[in-house]
Amino acid sequence: MSLLKLAWKNIIHNPLSLLLNLILLTLGIGLINFILLVNHQLKDKFDKNLAEIDLVIGAKGSPLQMILSSMYHIDAPTGNITIDEAKPFLREGHPLIKRSVPLSMGDSYKGYRIIGTDYSILDLYEAKISTGKKWQHLYEATVGASVAKELGLKLGSKFKSSHGFNDDDDLEHEHGTFTVVGILESTGSVIDQLLLCNTESVWQVHDHAAGDHSHENEVEAPSQENNHNHDELSGHDHDDHSGHDHDDHSGHDHDDHARHDHDEHSGHDHEDHTGHDHDEHTGHDHDESNPTVHTSDMSRAHLLEHGDQEITSILIQYKSRTNFQALSMPRNINSNTDLQAAAPAYEINRLYDMMGTGTKALQLIAILIAIVSAISIFVSLLNSLKQRKYELSLLRVLGGKSSSLLSLILIEGLIMAFIGFLLGMLLSNVALSSLTSSLSDKYNYEFESWISHGWEPKLFVATILLGFLAALIPAILAYRTDIHKNLSVG
Amino acid sequence: MLKTSGITHAYDEKLKFNFPDINCGNSQTLLVLGQSGVGKTTLLHILAGILKPNQGEVIIEDTNIYKLSGNKLDKFRGQNIGLVFQKPHFVQSVSAEENLLLAQKMAGNNLDKKYASELFETLNLGHRKNAKTYEMSQGEQQRLSIARALINKPKVILADEPTSALDDKNCEEVIKLLERHSEIVNASLIVVTHDNRLKDFFNNKVELI
Repeated sequence: MSLLKLAWKNIIHNPLSLLLNLILLTLGIGLINFILLVNHQLKDKFDKNLAEIDLVIGAKGSPLQMILSSMYHIDAPTGNITIDEAKPFLREGHPLIKRSVPLSMGDSYKGYRIIGTDYSILDLYEAKISTGKKWQHLYEATVGASVAKELGLKLGSKFKSSHGFNDDDDLEHEHGTFTVVGILESTGSVIDQLLLCNTESVWQVHDHAAGDHSHENEVEAPSQENNHNHDELSGHDHDDHSGHDHDDHSGHDHDDHARHDHDEHSGHDHEDHTGHDHDEHTGHDHDESNPTVHTSDMSRAHLLEHGDQEITSILIQYKSRTNFQALSMPRNINSNTDLQAAAPAYEINRLYDMMGTGTKALQLIAILIAIVSAISIFVSLLNSLKQRKYELSLLRVLGGKSSSLLSLILIEGLIMAFIGFLLGMLLSNVALSSLTSSLSDKYNYEFESWISHGWEPKLFVATILLGFLAALIPAILAYRTDIHKNLSVG
Repeated sequence: MLKTSGITHAYDEKLKFNFPDINCGNSQTLLVLGQSGVGKTTLLHILAGILKPNQGEVIIEDTNIYKLSGNKLDKFRGQNIGLVFQKPHFVQSVSAEENLLLAQKMAGNNLDKKYASELFETLNLGHRKNAKTYEMSQGEQQRLSIARALINKPKVILADEPTSALDDKNCEEVIKLLERHSEIVNASLIVVTHDNRLKDFFNNKVELI
């Protein structure tokens, strides 16, 4: 019968007060650990999805909303911007910009967002193709690892996009059946949650959607006509781009093409163009070619040809973050153009601050519960001490040292703290894993339970300290037990 | 063997006790009789090393117990003195048997389950080993506290009103058990009581006035 065993027997001898102590401790520790778990993962996700993006440019509105929608793909976008407006930032060769990624959104499939973009997004998130290939033609989609897993998408799977970002069958577009041509490797960043296609696919879907309701937009007519071409084209084998027959399009007469700046186009170095036969391209008679039909052309220059079409936002990486001009770029954009520029680092810190208030309130509650549990342990030990004063004297009479009594009471407090810690850990992880599905439905974020956030040792020490402090005064009282007095009262 | 000389103790100016010297050899018994308020419990606590007297010595075997420091005195008491109280008190959270084993542990002795079992059998408690002490009858509780006093084979057994709460039948049984078992372990038995029923059981008596 060691002290540890005796202490254990003593605390389970009073199951009701043990239960009360453990419930309070478990709630307190559990809540603290839950907050730590969620905070850690949110911060981790947010930081990972910063992806060294220095600037987001989009329509005027709430900068935080723009960043949440463009970088984290939660919340709605602030609106759209035209390619003409965005051209300076999308153009290759901007002196300050290392990489720019155009994003067009507005559609989703089963709650996962369909993003019209080009291959620069893959470089941004360092994503690689796992199976299949990159999207290229109209209505081809390359999907993130999580989407593919969650929705069971495989190469060749077809899906219809729905308007908006909610999973709502009523909003499903009549047109625009996408085909999965590739699946990305898991990166842990937000790209895992996205369905990627070319920008024109997004335009096409929406032109159709608009066309179904009204035909007031003049731009619509040619694009709808183009779409028929595309449908025809998509039936072809486009693997070899240089083999594409440009004569197909020569029959069309496209006046809106006149403002396209071909000199600028050919003067650039087109990294994205690798599959494209550039010599042939420049040698081509551009006056007669139809840019909107070049739906398989993933080059940035091609995108810029659609000056009056819209995209949602642009993600930008600077060449140098410390460049003075780069630092003043957002301010210049915000005051001199109709665009809005926002620095993610700043906005996310603002978000942390806002979330921090809520988190702090929760933390305060959790700490209060923990303190109440300490008081509860203190009171129950003190009560048991009164009931057990004869018992404790007895232990002394039987030869126990006064320090043994001190240890006994301390051990009782520590055992409760230890069990409370274990139960708290259990509670927080079980709570998180049961909440994961609803959280990931809402935010498209997977929260993992049973992972370490690095604070466990500190939390453990704090809990044990709590038990120690709660038991300290009762233990000292036990140490100072006056056995003669206690036994005389008998 | 227990021997005292010149013990006096005062709680305050009014409450002063002068105790007669006591000498009780191994296997001998001694009855200390006295009415309430004459310092019976005070004397017992002094003999047991629980209360240090203002003056005088208590010698058990060859040890002057109040010359021992705190922890050593506790250990000495655990190993050499068996105490039986008027109201039997036990550690509530553990079973009857575990109370005995706890007494061994607290005294710093090795666990001797066999001896504990023997005591249970001879004290007619064999069937109550795993009972919680508060579930036992008064007689059973008192027998258990005798078992606990004996478990470490002490040199001295001190009993404080061991029979006052018992009926005549149990009273006789308890006192006979105490006598028999202190003889078996070759201990001095000192019973402090106001219970006149016990007069006839003892040859050596000291009366406190």
